[in-house]
Amino acid sequence: MSTMQSPQTLAEKVWNAHVVRQGEGQGEARQPDLIYIDLHLLHEVTSPQAFEGLRLAGRKLRRPDLTIATEDHNTPTLDIDKPIADLTSRTQIFTLRDNCKEFGVRLHSLGDKEQGIVHVVGPQLGLTQPGMTVVCGDSHTSTHGAFGALAFGIGTSEVEHVMATQSLSLKPFKTMSINVEGTLKPGVTAKDIILAVIAKIGTGGGQGYVLEYRGSAIRALSMDARMTICNMSIEAGARAGMIAPDETTFEYVKGRPHAPQGADWDAAVEYWQTLQSDEGARFDNEVFLNADELEPFVTWGTNPGQGVSLSSRVPVPEDFEDENDRKACERALEYMGLIGGTPMKEIRVDTVFLGSCTNSRMEDLRAAAEIIKGREKDPQIRMIVVPGSARVRLEAEAEGLDQVFKDFGAEWRFAGCSMCLGMNPDQLAEQERCASTSNRNFEGRQGKGGRTHLVSPLVAAATAVRGTLASPADLINAPVSV
Amino acid sequence: MEKVITHTGIGVPLRQSNIDTDQIIPAVYLKRITRTGFEDALFAGWRRDENFILNTEPYTNGSVLVAGPDFGTGSSREHAVWALKDYGFKAVISSRFADIFRGNSGKQGLVAAEVAQSDIELIWKELENNPGTEVTVNLEARTVQCGSILAPFQIDDYTRWRLMEGLDDIGLTLQHEEDITSFEATRPAFKPQTLPARTAG
Repeated sequence: MSTMQSPQTLAEKVWNAHVVRQGEGQGEARQPDLIYIDLHLLHEVTSPQAFEGLRLAGRKLRRPDLTIATEDHNTPTLDIDKPIADLTSRTQIFTLRDNCKEFGVRLHSLGDKEQGIVHVVGPQLGLTQPGMTVVCGDSHTSTHGAFGALAFGIGTSEVEHVMATQSLSLKPFKTMSINVEGTLKPGVTAKDIILAVIAKIGTGGGQGYVLEYRGSAIRALSMDARMTICNMSIEAGARAGMIAPDETTFEYVKGRPHAPQGADWDAAVEYWQTLQSDEGARFDNEVFLNADELEPFVTWGTNPGQGVSLSSRVPVPEDFEDENDRKACERALEYMGLIGGTPMKEIRVDTVFLGSCTNSRMEDLRAAAEIIKGREKDPQIRMIVVPGSARVRLEAEAEGLDQVFKDFGAEWRFAGCSMCLGMNPDQLAEQERCASTSNRNFEGRQGKGGRTHLVSPLVAAATAVRGTLASPADLINAPVSV
Repeated sequence: MEKVITHTGIGVPLRQSNIDTDQIIPAVYLKRITRTGFEDALFAGWRRDENFILNTEPYTNGSVLVAGPDFGTGSSREHAVWALKDYGFKAVISSRFADIFRGNSGKQGLVAAEVAQSDIELIWKELENNPGTEVTVNLEARTVQCGSILAPFQIDDYTRWRLMEGLDDIGLTLQHEEDITSFEATRPAFKPQTLPARTAG
């Protein structure tokens, strides 16, 4: 990244503000910088081996006060007051509890009001703030970039490294600006923007980069929507995604439990206002998207780059010039049980999953509830609604959204990662087809042999009504009851 | 970490792009709390098919995986690297690696060798024409050799050095503990702390 004098990108500013020790050398031969980490998020899946490593080496957790843990991946979304039935899941959860107790880490356990998906909990507590470095042993840590934080997923060895040193040895990332100008049409959401970005640059297009989402369409988005976009940066292969903080960001953070207060708040905002890419800052790569032209976007294949507009058709292998892409298409069509050329809107769905760190916040639940309210669910559809956190669940219940979902015939569950990755009992059966607001349509991701179409909350809701992939605009019939 | 300078072993041609970490190790295997014993979990979904390459000889003893572009995408799970290592793989060759997977490999002594796709096509042909052919991955020379094919590979200097020296990253960083302490003294007061815990009540 460039020196202090020249115009800087947002990512460079945050990076430079966290350099403990600069790596020696230039260009390719440059050694990594030692980067300070402001917040370390933990969950039960990627931490046990790291805690064990600390113990074996006789090392301490350097900053328990910059560390927080929650239970999310394994946790059941039904009967949460009963012992976890799956013994290995239970052992992993208990291991986290033991480790947090031993090392003095704050933990929000199943049943606690602040429990939930780690990437929903951090922002909601006000622990995620602009200009921070945030890491977690989870690739969707990129979510926190919505606040103008540099946030990225790490492996368990790095989790242990952060535990021991509160820092990471890293080579500077490259920067890419994703410019989205214009106005989204009604029914088009943040999820459609990011799915279109991934389809455009590919699952590897972001490798080595921090993506900065810019432009009028991004500025117009709420924090919940910005989190959806940054969340899926990893699906484009990027290390992180960021959005410069603005009044929308400050408004969201203000008053949250861990937000700065009094004079600290003023000092923080003064600093946060400097966190924008400077005029003339050079990005290593630039991508442009016209928001006016975007339509609801859905995936047809088995990686998040295999997506098309909902109004178009399943591709045929011959559509692809590259041999690898052609083979990937053939394989994906076979796995997904689809015939090339089929209109996307004719694809019949079995299950609708509304949840995951991508789309399980209040705005997502409200948007879906708005569509289904007064309408009837397709009788063959199973719909599962999993709020991102216990707090989101409570807020939704206070607004009566739970009743809207229940009246519709959807299952109203407790918070967690749930069917996004099926580490708990929420899984698809073989060949079961799902319209899912989650982030990955990989083979077997939601259950062995399960078939996933990634969609926005609006498309998920409309699909639950019509039974085939649909957007709210396709629901021409008036609500059946008021 | 064990030092790696060079490794020679049976090459396994896996002609597929976008092999994500959910394929390398499905989530159901991530419930374990150990760092070893993941050999049964490697490609568990695909290994249920008896024709999958790792179920056929001589590849059951393979130790150099030659895969399509964008290997290791998706989840950050380091279990993917542990499973490859536990199965017996010492190196993975691909024209593109996902960043987190590449980083995790470097921490665990698995060589992620980035080779041009045109060379990978040649290596695939050689391995398919002569199953059981060995591939040599030489970190010192930054080359992979397979039959008469000798191709250069990319790996960053720092990772290569750490692999060749078998160095522990945490130990290296702790040599600079004073720098970390000095940095901490300069952090702004408005930065949040998780403790004491505050909640919305």
